[in-house]
Amino acid sequence: MSPRARTTRPPGVDLPDHPDRLWSPAEPKRAYDVVIVGGGGHGLATAYYLAKNHGITDVAVLERGWLAGGNMARNTTIIRSNYLWDESAGIYEHALKLWEGLEEDLGYPLLFSQRGVLNLAHSLQDVRDSVRRVNANRLNGVDAEWLTPEQVKEVCPIVDISPDVRYPVLGGTYQPRAGIAKHDYVAWGFAKAAADLGVDMIEHCEVTGLDVRDGRVTGVQTTRGPIAAGKVALAAAGHSSVVAGYAGVSLPLQSHPLQALVSELLEPVHPTVVMSNAVHVYVSQAHKGELVMGAGIDAANSYRQRGAFHVIERQMSAALELFPVFARAHVLRTWGGVVDVTPDASPIVGLTPVEDLYVNCGWGTGGFKATPGVGWCYAHTVATGEPHPLNAPFSLERFTTGKLVDEHGAAAVAH
Amino acid sequence: MSGQPYRREGATGRVLRFRFDGQEYEGLEGDTLASALLANGVRAVASSIRLGRPRGVYAAGCEEPNALVQIEEPFPEPMLQATTVELYDGLVATGLPGQGRLADRPDPARYDAVHAHCDVLVVGAGPAGIAAAGVAARAGARVILADERPEPGGSLLGTAETLDGRPGREWAAGEVAALAALPEARVLGRTTVLGHYDDNYVIAVERRTNHLGAAAPAEMARERVWRIRAKRVVLATGGHERFVAFAGNDLPGVMLAGAARTYANRHRVLPGRRAVVFTTNDSAYAAALDLADAGVEIAAIADVRQAPGEAWAARCAERGIEVLTGHVVTAARGEGEVSSVETAPRSKTQGAGGETREIPADLLLVSGGWSPVVHLFSQSGGTLRYDEGLGAFTPGEARQAVEAAGFARGVTTLRGCLEDGAEAGRRALSAAGLAVPSEIAVPAVGEEPPAAPAEHLWLVESGDYGTHFVDLQRDVTVGEVLRAVGAGLSSVEHVKRYTTAGTAHDQGKTSGLLTSGVVAHALGVEVAELGTTTFRAPYTPVSFAALAGRDRGPLHDPVRVTAMHEWHVARGALFENVGQWKRPWYYPRPGEDPGEDMEAAVLRECRAAREDVAAMDASTLGKIDVVGPDAAVFLDRLYTNMMSTLRAGSIRYGVMCRADGMVFDDGTVIRLADDRFLVTTTTGNAAAVLDWMEEWLQTEWPDLRVHCTSVTEQWATVALVGPRSREVLARLAPGLAVDNDSFPFMTWRDTEVAGIEARVCRISFSGELAYEINVSSWSGLALWEAVMASGEVTPYGTETMHVLRAEKGFPIVGQDTDGTVTPQDLGMEWIVSKKKADFVGKRSFARADTSRPDRKHLVGLLPEDPGVLLPEGAHLVATSSLPEPPVPTLGFVTSSYRSAALGRTFALALVSGGRERAGERLYAPVGADLVPVTVTSHVLYDPEGARRDG
Amino acid sequence: MLLIPCPWCGPRDEAEFHYGGQAHVAYPEDPAALSDEEWARYLFFRDNPKGLFAERWSHTAGCRRWFNAVRDTATNEIHAVYRVGEPRPVIA
Repeated sequence: MSPRARTTRPPGVDLPDHPDRLWSPAEPKRAYDVVIVGGGGHGLATAYYLAKNHGITDVAVLERGWLAGGNMARNTTIIRSNYLWDESAGIYEHALKLWEGLEEDLGYPLLFSQRGVLNLAHSLQDVRDSVRRVNANRLNGVDAEWLTPEQVKEVCPIVDISPDVRYPVLGGTYQPRAGIAKHDYVAWGFAKAAADLGVDMIEHCEVTGLDVRDGRVTGVQTTRGPIAAGKVALAAAGHSSVVAGYAGVSLPLQSHPLQALVSELLEPVHPTVVMSNAVHVYVSQAHKGELVMGAGIDAANSYRQRGAFHVIERQMSAALELFPVFARAHVLRTWGGVVDVTPDASPIVGLTPVEDLYVNCGWGTGGFKATPGVGWCYAHTVATGEPHPLNAPFSLERFTTGKLVDEHGAAAVAH
Repeated sequence: MSGQPYRREGATGRVLRFRFDGQEYEGLEGDTLASALLANGVRAVASSIRLGRPRGVYAAGCEEPNALVQIEEPFPEPMLQATTVELYDGLVATGLPGQGRLADRPDPARYDAVHAHCDVLVVGAGPAGIAAAGVAARAGARVILADERPEPGGSLLGTAETLDGRPGREWAAGEVAALAALPEARVLGRTTVLGHYDDNYVIAVERRTNHLGAAAPAEMARERVWRIRAKRVVLATGGHERFVAFAGNDLPGVMLAGAARTYANRHRVLPGRRAVVFTTNDSAYAAALDLADAGVEIAAIADVRQAPGEAWAARCAERGIEVLTGHVVTAARGEGEVSSVETAPRSKTQGAGGETREIPADLLLVSGGWSPVVHLFSQSGGTLRYDEGLGAFTPGEARQAVEAAGFARGVTTLRGCLEDGAEAGRRALSAAGLAVPSEIAVPAVGEEPPAAPAEHLWLVESGDYGTHFVDLQRDVTVGEVLRAVGAGLSSVEHVKRYTTAGTAHDQGKTSGLLTSGVVAHALGVEVAELGTTTFRAPYTPVSFAALAGRDRGPLHDPVRVTAMHEWHVARGALFENVGQWKRPWYYPRPGEDPGEDMEAAVLRECRAAREDVAAMDASTLGKIDVVGPDAAVFLDRLYTNMMSTLRAGSIRYGVMCRADGMVFDDGTVIRLADDRFLVTTTTGNAAAVLDWMEEWLQTEWPDLRVHCTSVTEQWATVALVGPRSREVLARLAPGLAVDNDSFPFMTWRDTEVAGIEARVCRISFSGELAYEINVSSWSGLALWEAVMASGEVTPYGTETMHVLRAEKGFPIVGQDTDGTVTPQDLGMEWIVSKKKADFVGKRSFARADTSRPDRKHLVGLLPEDPGVLLPEGAHLVATSSLPEPPVPTLGFVTSSYRSAALGRTFALALVSGGRERAGERLYAPVGADLVPVTVTSHVLYDPEGARRDG
Repeated sequence: MLLIPCPWCGPRDEAEFHYGGQAHVAYPEDPAALSDEEWARYLFFRDNPKGLFAERWSHTAGCRRWFNAVRDTATNEIHAVYRVGEPRPVIA
């Protein structure tokens, strides 16, 4: 038998244990004060803040599959608040501040790691846009720095900053407080905390209709029977158009597959999160050592939780442009989610033309990082019937007035 | 062979030397790293990720959960299974404690991709696959047969069966060689089909040189991706054996029974000397007998069933092998490897009586049944159903033209698999519209004993589930699965995430169903009801580099250069990437040391353009021919201003908006004739503008008789700029009347320049007297050289172009606009026609938001200190000190330069209500400072436009 | 990578095409006559059904022609392709 010398600490031992009790699957009651449609991160966070901040606990979270099994289980877990416009910075920075105290608040280890996010610039216009965003961030109290290529290399030594790269790295923005968290733990943390406060978690319960009487929503039809509701809050991500359509509400959304992938477990090489729009990459190395990487969005509308393979191939060539060291890493698993994208790449959070029916959708590729922030604001909106100041700019109304919040440049993926 | 104590007699092949964990070993050609290690008696190959337990070879293929290695030489490659690494001379590897390691140097290997189309793709060259491919190919179908192993045969490689009297391996090799000789058939060995996508788009990766080690030819692609479009797919992917959860089931020396059989038969390696067999089904008997024949002492077979197959029992009795019916293995014991095995009647583990026995052994063979490899079928969209007989999921309804054959469909006998494969081949033929042969001969095979039903056992009950492993690679035990269920989780997906089972390198090939089984056991439900986790691509891990293929470096995105590019390079220009184009950015004065910096070069180039004469290569601007009787109507609808009133021979500047009213592109429109225009676009937007035009023409206005053609690449353009440009042009074009009256501003003339047929346009993006000389691209370099020949014309690049236009307040779309800016915001009310009933974007100018007075307007900024250069992207605030955030921004700097002409710095900015702020002082936070600036008109130089006529 | 049957060129890989979203959304006859709501609806609102969807594609790397397709967004199956100006086929 040969000796097995361990050169590093085993990557699994540092992971925290889960609690022995998460939530008890509930049977749907006949009526609730609030029914939340969609048991993803946003739905769960909304339920938690409804109970915690507003004392509303007669709440059901309805999930058509297993809890947090949609985009919450499929995203690349990046958390940052370095968005361009004041409106976006407001809600994302609120989220980041909540993230910073969330493990304590929920009493759940979320593996929240503020390892920073680098957004690389590859053209002179990228540089201008990046500096503009850094300066906007600073005015909004969001930590942000502009880094030269050499400084980029200091933060992440494996980035290739040589001029041989097809689109060389001309610098990057850096948000030190940004980072990653473990998506499942976040969902379960919110679910457990909400369940502890009395919220019902109802899985395998698909909403098949919304009851609207005299312009007011009164309940939902589900695969597990009708449920009456004082208010209905939609948090159905890629399926928002379908669900809102049950109440005759149309939303300016298009649903597209978005893919991601992981490698095998690797010794630490990548200390931060790197994103690049021009050379389409976003990558981090998770706690156990796997590289987690997001790919591009499929061009065509689709509800298949599966994208096209050429998108993955393109993603790999982009990754190797910036990280030649990844050449012999292996793709272990690819998967896809369905993201709902708005015309201005900003979300819609607020009221609908139907009374007591609320909508939270259109997060595109940016939903995970906003989880606590939007949960907080959406709960406020549902509880009070008025938008929270931080989500007021993200009304459905803005598409009529034209006052859009154009975040195409700040989104991780070209929408 | 003395160095390989576990190698059987009669093994042949070249001796290969390799190093593992610092020790030198020998193996034989045809070995995998795993078989070579076993031949050398290496039991512990790796250590487990969380608990650090020693782990040995468990399987013989890509389902291996344990034996993970890092390749060190010839080039570092992280985390491979020892069971899939072909041995080669000079291989250096180490066992992994959970994490692989990336190389710290660039990968010198090449990678590639190919496309292929076929009538039928057969995945797996085992008996069913060979039969299917053979039938289809012999009848003339275009066939691709892909198999992940270095040689065909599949399950035949591990058994001792004969077909038509030939050993299975030999039969397979012969059949496949004959197949490969057919003109329409292609056999891909060492090729793993990774993914099955919509419309039978199938991705495979071929490993071409890995097995050659350092001898791999450098010019050959190491790995090659096959992008296959198949009319029909036959999945003859066989099965993976499962294990059972019992105490210590991870100890080195515990191995899947079928794997042990493969090592004994294919590699002539004994994985141990004295074995106990633990099984739930008949298949382990064949393994036990083969191993017994090979010289392994079979101490006992513990069969969970009360009634194993009689024929097998008889064969065991002949050899004196004890069969313990109704028994389970309760524990494997040993220090670092198996030294004894504890068995007990199953009833005892369930609380009833019975004796345990401790049997000394160094090998424990386990078979918990076999699962068909349904990964690709599931990926293709097919449904799965639980087969009670197999205790596994098998293909249900297909959603594409795909079918499974052989064991992948649950057929358990060799004869059955051969027949099933042949039938699949016939169906593929009829689907391809080819004649189906009536008679198909299936090779003769030996009699197989009648099968006794398997009993499905997931775990051996116990009071302590601490070492009952479910996922060996992730160190997940039954105890942890039960804890997840206890926490309220009832979905396998949740349990997977709670425990991480099934997420490792093997993606749960041996553990997936076992996890479902344990969860079902805990919840008291049927596995059928619970289902499995989703099967996701890739089937086995694939290198990033293989998927990136050739699309790296210069091939990552096409590089576009102009006809004059060589000249710019020779002159030492620095380049800017603009879209895919390489454009000269500036030209440091040659021959100086240290070289001129950008600031000095640009000031010099600007001065030449304003005071003397300078030239720029403007060839990258997009150029589109718009031709047809309705061309003018069409352009009227797309541009905000009127184009139909433009006279032939004249030129007009135009802006295009999206329907939302935001500026999309700008450029000049040249009217060549009543029905013919040439429009120019920005460099980066050329393709988008052409697409935009085509979209409107084809989908909205098909009645318009207009054709659009990109001519960007057909023309080379030189912008000749400056007060002396007229005299230079006059010399180069003696036939052209260049005075203002004969050749006024915003007109064009066809003539010869430097003897080259040319179209000269009098347009100016600098405010100076200027000409754009357009010639065929073929003559672009000649024109440029002619312009430069006198030595008096200064070449300038994009940076100087930007300064010159900014001094005049001309915006650059994409720099001074960001998709949220209207023409009015840019101070271009004049370009938005009031006369036209409609044009794209017009309606949006009437929306509430586009008429807000606080919209951001393009303005000029003059820093109060004329030496201070504002950073582009700096924001503007109203106060001389910064309050606590959030601080509302008033706008931001879009362009900022040092101006030779103004003798100071200046900037352009988009500022809220900016036009109303002329003369106002604002502040730009720059680092810790607040730089005071004065808002001014965006036109800072020659506002009356006096210079354009020279 | 869908296999898209271009009505002009035959079946080709998805990578050769450019997606154009919902089909049969006509540019309004008289935009000036529309209310802000109606104009917003034209600008920003497109159907997003889970199921059959009439959509536009352009064969940008081939014949460069626009055409329409009816595709099931739940399965990605293309049920029909047809030329611009032709009515949406009825899919049983």
